[in-house]
Parts: sequence; structure tokens; C-alpha cells
Amino acid sequence: MLNYVWIMLILVSVLCAIWMGKLEELSEAVFSGAQQAVELVLAMAGAMAAWTGLLKAGEAAGLTKALSRLLRPLIRRLFPDCVPGGKAEQAICMNMTANLFGIGNAATPMGIAAMRALDEEGGGRGVSRSMVRFVVVNTASLQLFPATLGALRAAGGSANPFDILPAVWLVSALSLAVALLACFALEGRHV
Amino acid sequence: MSELSAWIVPAFAAMVAALCLLRRAPAFDAFTEGAREGLRSCVSLLPTLIGLVMAVSMLRASGALELACAALTPLARAFGLPPESLPLALMKPVSGSASTALLSQLFTQLSPDSFAGRVASVLAGSTETALYCIAVYFGAVGKRERTCALPAALAGHLAACLSAGWAVRLFLGA
Repeated sequence: MLNYVWIMLILVSVLCAIWMGKLEELSEAVFSGAQQAVELVLAMAGAMAAWTGLLKAGEAAGLTKALSRLLRPLIRRLFPDCVPGGKAEQAICMNMTANLFGIGNAATPMGIAAMRALDEEGGGRGVSRSMVRFVVVNTASLQLFPATLGALRAAGGSANPFDILPAVWLVSALSLAVALLACFALEGRHV
Repeated sequence: MSELSAWIVPAFAAMVAALCLLRRAPAFDAFTEGAREGLRSCVSLLPTLIGLVMAVSMLRASGALELACAALTPLARAFGLPPESLPLALMKPVSGSASTALLSQLFTQLSPDSFAGRVASVLAGSTETALYCIAVYFGAVGKRERTCALPAALAGHLAACLSAGWAVRLFLGA
């Protein structure tokens, strides 16, 4: 799937750039984009390592296990390939908590840890149903207090930056429900 | 809220440290082991991210966004989505930094408390960068995925776009 998306992105860009007469900007964008990706990884490497380190220490202390017990009924239902009490269950739980509280630089490392653990628990056989569902949940926004958005609105002169929260929650819930339903409907055919 | 969120990370770190002390767990050893894993994932993510960010930055430079917005404006009007929030709606699944830039640009032209400003805010707050997320997560386990993740994510995004205008009217009036 991503192969086709990538091909389309490139072809559409080149065709549009020819149409709009922006070929010079496009050639520049090829290398500046690649450069940006390296800078992005360098910029997040420290936070990433700090979070996976803290997560590991939390695991050693039994903290993540205690936390994941709270979300276990939900996780069990949504991600049936998790080994009960296993690493994947704990990482998924930490990822969801980080998403809810909007700790963006924690959610990704813990999500990656969860994908790795799901892969391990599945014996490296391939993409499991739970992995796809987990990624789909992460493509929806679970954040309760979108801090960056509030800051942007306040900077733009909003009288009440957070008055949109009920609407944000409703739309987030709708979008997550539709994404998950689409995933359930499609998963029989692919994975 | 900002005071509360300032407490979350320190509280978590303190809790981990205190529990490690209590249970005599090797805290620093565990931390360095976890950090090593994190760095390894970062390096293995590089090729995925270079390919993706390169393609997205080409798309941004090509003017495709302006063309798509012009084409989709009538459709957006029909679904109660202000045309001013279309660039954001189209860009959000592809690039987070681009959508943040688009949103702050929109706030310089229209008030964040205008209808279009609110709809754009709701869209920004209720969606994620799906393409990035899918590429990074499947890239991390090195799987060539032939899955329903992208169509399902885009269905969710479309649902957010179609319901954002309605939700703003419901809670805040037009």
C-alpha cells in the first residue's frame, strides 16, 4: 500500500509542478525534504531514548504492569493477539496513556515498542490483526487536552482557546469509531 | 490545565525511581537498556522517514495543494466545511508540521473564534498524521504491509472532515 502512495505522491508532485511552473522549487524540495527527515530523527532521538529508558525502568519496577491491569479489559478485546500480562499489553497501555495526555514525544516510542512486542509475541509471522488495529487507533487523535492547538489559538487572539474542546472530543470519537469500523469491515479481506 | 500537565512527566519519573528503589530493581541498568533500544529504533526509522518526508516536501513545493483546494471547494461547501479550512483538512493526514503552519497562517487571516477558525481548530485537534504514523509503526517492525490500515485511517479522517462543521454548530453556534 505505502509503495503505491509513495509513487502517487512523487508523480502528482511532478505533474503539478510542471502545471504550476514550480519545477525549481520541486528540485530543491527533494533534498531539503531528505535533510529534514534526518534532522527530525536527530531532534527526537534524545527524547525517544529517554522515554524508552524510563519505560524499561518502569517495567523493571512493575509500574507498567500495574497500569496495564487497569486498561486490560479494553486491550484484551481490541487486540486479541496480546499475551496476557506480556510486554505488548504494557507498551500498548503506556502508548494510550501518553496519547490521552498529549505527551507526543512519549507516544511514538511506546507505540514502536508495542509494535515490536506484538511482532515478537506473534512469532514474527507477519502483520497480525492486532498490529493493524493498533496502528489504526494511533492514526486517530485520542488527546484530551490538545496543548499545541490551545497555544496556537491563544497566540491568534482567541478569547477562549479551549471552548472548542467538546466539539473536538465529539469529532475525535466519531472519527475513531469510523476508522475502527472500517478496519473491522476490511480486515477479513486483507490480513 | 498547563499546571497539571507540567506535573505528569516529573511525577512519572519520580514514581519509576521510587518504585525501583522500593523493589531493589536495577533502575539505571534498565534505563540504559531501554535507551539503547530506543536509539536503535531511531536509526532503523531513518530510511522510512527520509522517503516519506522527501515525497511530502515535494508535494508541498509542487503547488498541488492549491490545485486540489480549488477543485474541492464546491464539495466542501456542500458539507458545511468552510473552504478556508480545506488546505488543513487535506494536509493533516500527510504532514503534522505543514498543518501546524497552515493553521497559524489561517489565524493571521481569520480570528480563531470565527466559524472557519473554529472548524479548522476542531479538525486540527481531532485528527492525526495518519500516513506518518502508518509508515513509522510498520517501518519499525520491518513489515511490508498489505493491510487495511491506510483505508481505515482515511475513512476516519473523512468522518472528521464531514462532521467538524456540524459539531462546531452544535456546541458553539454558527
